[in-house]
Amino acid sequence: MCLSAQSSGHLKVGEPANISAARGSSVEAKIPVTVDAGFHVNSNHPSEDYLIPLSLKWTSLGALEGGEVGYPPSKAEKYDFSEKPLSVFSGSFSLTARFKVAATAPPGPGVATGKLRYQACNSNTCFPPKTVDVNVTYQVQ
Amino acid sequence: MLAFRFSAISTAALALALLAAGCGGPAAVKAATLKPEKERKTAPDFALKDADGRVAHLSDYRGKVVLLDFWATWCGPCRIEIPWFMDLQRRDRDRGFEVLGVAMDDEGWEVVKPFVAELGVNYRVLIGNDATTQMYGGVDALPTTFLIDRSGKVAIVHVGLASRKEIEDGVEQLLQSPVPVVSSGAPEPVVSLGAK
Repeated sequence: MCLSAQSSGHLKVGEPANISAARGSSVEAKIPVTVDAGFHVNSNHPSEDYLIPLSLKWTSLGALEGGEVGYPPSKAEKYDFSEKPLSVFSGSFSLTARFKVAATAPPGPGVATGKLRYQACNSNTCFPPKTVDVNVTYQVQ
Repeated sequence: MLAFRFSAISTAALALALLAAGCGGPAAVKAATLKPEKERKTAPDFALKDADGRVAHLSDYRGKVVLLDFWATWCGPCRIEIPWFMDLQRRDRDRGFEVLGVAMDDEGWEVVKPFVAELGVNYRVLIGNDATTQMYGGVDALPTTFLIDRSGKVAIVHVGLASRKEIEDGVEQLLQSPVPVVSSGAPEPVVSLGAK
């Protein structure tokens, strides 16, 4: 399984190792993400209602099922524009996506596609929410 | 990158001239880092709707000092500045000052109206669009605040959370500047504030 690297604004999605799996088995894809130095994105559970969370949603799973996304522990960071620390991600981290290969999946390659939405800020400026394509390619044995 | 990035040029000469002429007045302010008048460019006109559906043109405000704030509800730094702008609107509106807020939320009034109501925003809020931001040099970082003089020219741009004092001093300095003589001729051509 692999991901094609995608970049948009101040966040980049990297490429993981290739994985292949048998029909009916469970697989986990690690999706590496890097936020530009000096920037942060809101976590999947922002500390304020008005903040836009990091969110990965699958648009097509192919022969995979599930796709539950796991997010890393967030950081609590204080900025000039916030009275209290905000729940954010910064630097490099990974998301995990848990799939099950469909029992009826035909052998061969496939791809699951998703959209990673985020909204980035630095210490005094914010940038409009952006969406990055996430493509998880897999090989059914 | 904004091609039309205003450099922080001190207007000490202007401040000195004002002081020398006794024009400092009771509210003499520290010279804000406004662009010298000769170097200012005309702020592009736009037509954007307010919450009542009325179209607002920047040109409607010619003769006033205008603080044009590009912001969004999801922008934390913007939320810090908005109460400052409300205070300025309350304090200086009768002196020929207006704040215009241009909201850049994709969801438009659905999210902007509740926010404006909750905060009690006391100035005109408009919904922005890409065409308008492009005219202003491709505003991407929020907040971005343009301070526009009575002649409709941009005196300074603040990108990101600004210093409240610097904004207040800039407004005060522009309000204390002589009111320009209105030309009866054709209006000066409006130029784009620069492509990226």
